[in-house]
Amino acid sequence: MNELQLKDLYDGFRDPKTIRMLAKEIEELAKGLDETLNIMEVCGGHTHTIMKYGLPQLLPANIAFIHGPGCPVCIMPKERIDHAIALAKMENTILLTLGDMIRVPGSKTSLAVERAAGHDIRALYTPMDALKIAKENPDKKVVFFAIGFETTTPMTSAVIKHTVDQGIKNLFFHINHVLVPPAVDAIMADGKAKINAFIGPSHVSVITGAKIYASLPEDYNTPVAVSGFEPVDVLQGILMMVRQKLEGRAELEIQYTRAVTMEGNLKAQQLNDTYMRPRAHFRWRGIGDIPDSALELRPEYDYLDAEKLFADILPTEPIDDHKLCICGTILKGLAKPMDCKVFGKACTPNSPLGSCMVSSEGSCNAYYRYAGVLG
Amino acid sequence: MKSVQLSHGGGGEETNTLINDLFYRYFENDILIKAEDAAVLEVKKKIAFTTDSFTVSPIVFNGGDIGKLSIAGTVNDLAMMGARPLYLSSAFMIEEGLSYDTLKQIVESMAKELAKSGAKIVCGDTKVVPRGSLDKIFINTAGIGEIEQEDISVSNLEQGDVIMASRDVGRHGATILMEREGLDISSDLQSDCETLWPAVEGLIKEDIAVHSLRDATRGGLSAVLNEWAQASDICIEVEEDSVGISDQVRGICEMFGFEAMDLANEGTFILAVASEDAEKALQVLRQYHFCENASVIGTVSEKYPSKVVLHSAHGTSRFLDLPKGELLPRIC
Repeated sequence: MNELQLKDLYDGFRDPKTIRMLAKEIEELAKGLDETLNIMEVCGGHTHTIMKYGLPQLLPANIAFIHGPGCPVCIMPKERIDHAIALAKMENTILLTLGDMIRVPGSKTSLAVERAAGHDIRALYTPMDALKIAKENPDKKVVFFAIGFETTTPMTSAVIKHTVDQGIKNLFFHINHVLVPPAVDAIMADGKAKINAFIGPSHVSVITGAKIYASLPEDYNTPVAVSGFEPVDVLQGILMMVRQKLEGRAELEIQYTRAVTMEGNLKAQQLNDTYMRPRAHFRWRGIGDIPDSALELRPEYDYLDAEKLFADILPTEPIDDHKLCICGTILKGLAKPMDCKVFGKACTPNSPLGSCMVSSEGSCNAYYRYAGVLG
Repeated sequence: MKSVQLSHGGGGEETNTLINDLFYRYFENDILIKAEDAAVLEVKKKIAFTTDSFTVSPIVFNGGDIGKLSIAGTVNDLAMMGARPLYLSSAFMIEEGLSYDTLKQIVESMAKELAKSGAKIVCGDTKVVPRGSLDKIFINTAGIGEIEQEDISVSNLEQGDVIMASRDVGRHGATILMEREGLDISSDLQSDCETLWPAVEGLIKEDIAVHSLRDATRGGLSAVLNEWAQASDICIEVEEDSVGISDQVRGICEMFGFEAMDLANEGTFILAVASEDAEKALQVLRQYHFCENASVIGTVSEKYPSKVVLHSAHGTSRFLDLPKGELLPRIC
């Protein structure tokens, strides 16, 4: 038997012929829709796929995308980025975080700038490396600035478990894990959003199960398709939702059946529950304060909680985005990036004024880079 | 174990020993061993002149080391201007305590790489700095080459030109990433690090109408194509599927959310050639082992001036951006 190659896992889901066939079928069926299908892809990973594969070019005009808030870096309010910077500037400290977080500016500087100034700030490839770094530097405080949606939370929980079990004394956690459903509810709450279908983030659902979206079809009468991240997955998810619309259904369906179940990964869920609990409030950049929309360490782990241990140096004042920024309106599908007065002028990927411009997965950023493309 | 000491850079006896036992031994040529304050060179044609400093971690990687890189890098910059690499300088900045054997290995691989183009190191310098002042070793090389074919330039692309890549892209960047981050992935992936002059000489000898050449180093293929599109104010249209990317590089990109076209190469070059010479250029290139998979990847048009457009096999198009910022993996 041939060994399974990594490419075997994705090649078929990028097959040009399949992509074209699915697009064709969507186009045919969409002729029967009586209103535009405004699909919010909640997750930044889907935004990336949609842009990279140019899916809007293959779809009819009555299938539109509204890019959602699902990028953990974009939604981080400036005061919390300032937390990371303040922690990194402590004496004898190594600050660890993931990916783009290094680049995004807080109220004054960014972690990248502070790293250049000589502070020890490292981007991890896997959170488990935090354990190694803490053990290699027993004389230093090592702070893991943990970010991400439900997808990445279990990895942080696993690091916490090892820290507790192994009695590691110098590794601390600043938890910024956020939750998808409350954010979607916040966008839909005032009833003005144009969104009438959701692509559910599938990696989140591998952990949580598709069940976390069960209330969406009931509350907002919208189809939901929990879809994978390859272009064939996304198109198949759209096709499922077009069919629902035509048949007058609003249901939760799973396209990404190769990894997602209704229940999800119970072991990971249990691990999260052991170490974390819902946080009363979390301010989302671009959306604002949302109750119960994030996680924090349970009180019994206060001794690992960087937010509590170093509270005296962490800024508490909320810092809003520029008042001309209309990210909140863009997230509801009520405005396009070009409608914003500062878009492409004062607000660019190199100096973002608001959340949608921050990361390559934000909608303003995507429009900025792909503007003028290509019918 | 023998190691490099501060005294090796002090200018006295130890310095002389290092120079004689290592640098003169491996780089030996008439000009260098005269040991004058400056090398005296005779050049008859128009010359190209370039310099580059090399710092890489780890200093020895799969497919090369900092020594090979420091020669190939500068020689390739000359070759990309249609210049035959002739004379190089080499300046070593060494952290106190570097193992002598490692230094010897680096110097040996420099000598081996020089032989591929026939270039000579004619002058040099060695400094040893206290531990912690730099990471093991930095090498600067500067080089002079005689221009064999003029008018190769980033601003010379013309409508209808054919764009080619000398091989698959992203190998060096992916290799270094894997080794630097200590990623526990088993792979036989090797850097593409290589001296390109023989292939460029082959193209010149066959009179191929080469308009632009550039090795796709930092910023990768994306950077080269964008620089060309802007400098020549033309549009480069690329067929995405025709850009070679090995399964290993693709796999690493998948896992970490990188784009292979943004990753660095150290022995891969991009060519813009008049369309009537395209077929012949491919035949010439494929004679060299490091270009045996050379292929056409796109064409020059006027569609979107200063932009690079990628066409997918499923019928969509998008702009290929210049990579921005440091390479950071996507989170999810």
